[in-house]
Amino acid sequence: MTAPAIPAETPAAEPVAAAPAPARRRRFRRNPWGHAWFLEGFTWLYLIWSLVPIVIAVLISFNRGKSQASFQGFSWRWYFKDPVNSVLHDPALHAAVIQTVRLSVLTTIIAVPLGVSFALGINRWRGYTSSTFNFVMILSFVIPELIFGVAMFFVFTVLFTTVKLGTVAEVAGLVTWNVSWPAIIVQARLVTLGRQYEEAGADLGANQFQVMRRVMLPLLGPAIFASAVLVFSGVIDDFVIVDLLSSSASNTPMSVIIYSTQHGGNGGPALNALGTISLVLSFIIAIIGYIGYRWLTRGERGSRLDALATFAGSDKFEP
Amino acid sequence: MKRQKKNAFYIALAVPGMIWLAVLFIVPFYAVLAIAMGKLDQLFEAPVAVWNPLQWSSENVIDVWHDLFGSAAFAGPIVVRTIVYVAIASALSLAIGYPAAYFVARFAGRRKALFLVLLIAPFWISYMMRMLAWVDLLQTGGYVNKALGWFGVSPINWLGGKAVTVVLGLVYGYIPYLILVLYAGLDRIDSSLIEAGRDLGLGRIRTFVRVTLPMSRQPILTGLLITVLPMLGDYFTNQLLSGAASTSMIGNLIEGQLGTPGIEGQGAVLSLMLLLVLVVPMVYYVVATNRSSQVAS
Repeated sequence: MTAPAIPAETPAAEPVAAAPAPARRRRFRRNPWGHAWFLEGFTWLYLIWSLVPIVIAVLISFNRGKSQASFQGFSWRWYFKDPVNSVLHDPALHAAVIQTVRLSVLTTIIAVPLGVSFALGINRWRGYTSSTFNFVMILSFVIPELIFGVAMFFVFTVLFTTVKLGTVAEVAGLVTWNVSWPAIIVQARLVTLGRQYEEAGADLGANQFQVMRRVMLPLLGPAIFASAVLVFSGVIDDFVIVDLLSSSASNTPMSVIIYSTQHGGNGGPALNALGTISLVLSFIIAIIGYIGYRWLTRGERGSRLDALATFAGSDKFEP
Repeated sequence: MKRQKKNAFYIALAVPGMIWLAVLFIVPFYAVLAIAMGKLDQLFEAPVAVWNPLQWSSENVIDVWHDLFGSAAFAGPIVVRTIVYVAIASALSLAIGYPAAYFVARFAGRRKALFLVLLIAPFWISYMMRMLAWVDLLQTGGYVNKALGWFGVSPINWLGGKAVTVVLGLVYGYIPYLILVLYAGLDRIDSSLIEAGRDLGLGRIRTFVRVTLPMSRQPILTGLLITVLPMLGDYFTNQLLSGAASTSMIGNLIEGQLGTPGIEGQGAVLSLMLLLVLVVPMVYYVVATNRSSQVAS
């Protein structure tokens, strides 16, 4: 570090230069130019803008009055107290909660095994067909959801007409839309694992099924678990596919009810209550997911941050 | 022989997923094509799919062409509006998202986990709940107008078809994805490179421009893709926050044509046109994703 290389610095630079090399580098990495006050303030402003509206929306779900615009005091009216319009007593809202959970469970049960086995097969079977299908699979998640939804809508109204719009069509659409989660996360994990474990298993005399069951599946456990969590929460959050493929109140999930009721001009705090329920559901899944993932990977070097990044879908979004 | 058996095992693992994708991803797109190139049942006003390419008709395509470029074109302005809204919204997202992602990746230090949780939180909150939050805030008697009232601004009808509201809604809706991609990319930049830039005599701004910015080109590109693609197919943000024809986008046009007797075929044509335009960026994304995963292995 030559003297002219450092122009008039922030005061913090002085002790840094005097510190021994490793400590200096560590401090430098953490904080090269004194504290970035402007950036930190900016980030907090962003976070406030991003999260405070949600807090207010949750607050309004506990509103005593009918207003969605201002909070008039706490009550459970829109959850269960109101005999007609609460989530518990309004049949449409009530059914929406059940339908969301039903879709999440069914989609996860189908999409995860399908995606995991697809990933295992594609990853080891190198060939033109497999890489084409891998391409199709990745395409299935970059394609705008509306275009995909339109395709699903037409295929069920024109071609597979025995399957009417409704739960079956919704699950079919959601599985296709979400199968890329397990497929991509498991492939990423397979890449980091390498082949030595299965080769060791084979050398010790295990056949292919035994290698799969005794070696690969336990090693892939965290990835499979993480993808199940992401599929489940992805379905709770989904809107376009279920909007286009639902046909009646009995198969309309929460997101669609919130949208259509609000858009139809019949909004009220009960919708906020519904939104809060879906939020709580997602957060419970997220917390279970995070704790479970940390437990499953407890012997590994990965950090807290890696686990967090996994649940932000980093395997899918990171190029 | 053993090699073949091994391959058969993996093929058997991959086949269920392949069949699923073929039947419920590839076939549906062929169905859209068959409807787009199909005819209209005059009696029921229902679209008739024509599966044989030799019998395809260009009825729907011509109709859509007239809507887009004809003398009484109503779809043309919608397309232009969509491009303008999405361009402004994604530029704003980048302007807001980059500094935030940069801060968390570089300077958050020991509080990184806290910031990361807060950045990830919107990803776990239902999109509709997040839009509903703004519907609440922006009502005529809502908190935004109340806050503005302190400065003497008279109440504004934010939800009555304002372009500003729609663009900000799009930014709010899709920025978390952009930030996560940016964060992941910026976090991976080796800090010794930045150190080297500083050691070699670059000022902090020049280090940023010459080292950090070039290295964040890839995350910026993929981040923008991951926000622009869904924005182009968005109709719900627009409907909830405006609902007016004066702000409608291509997504609203397509969604409105589905389920409307007589013009469903045109919806099919429009969504295929949108797909055609987006194929290039989509394939770019897939190739970029594949390339880096191959480097990793």
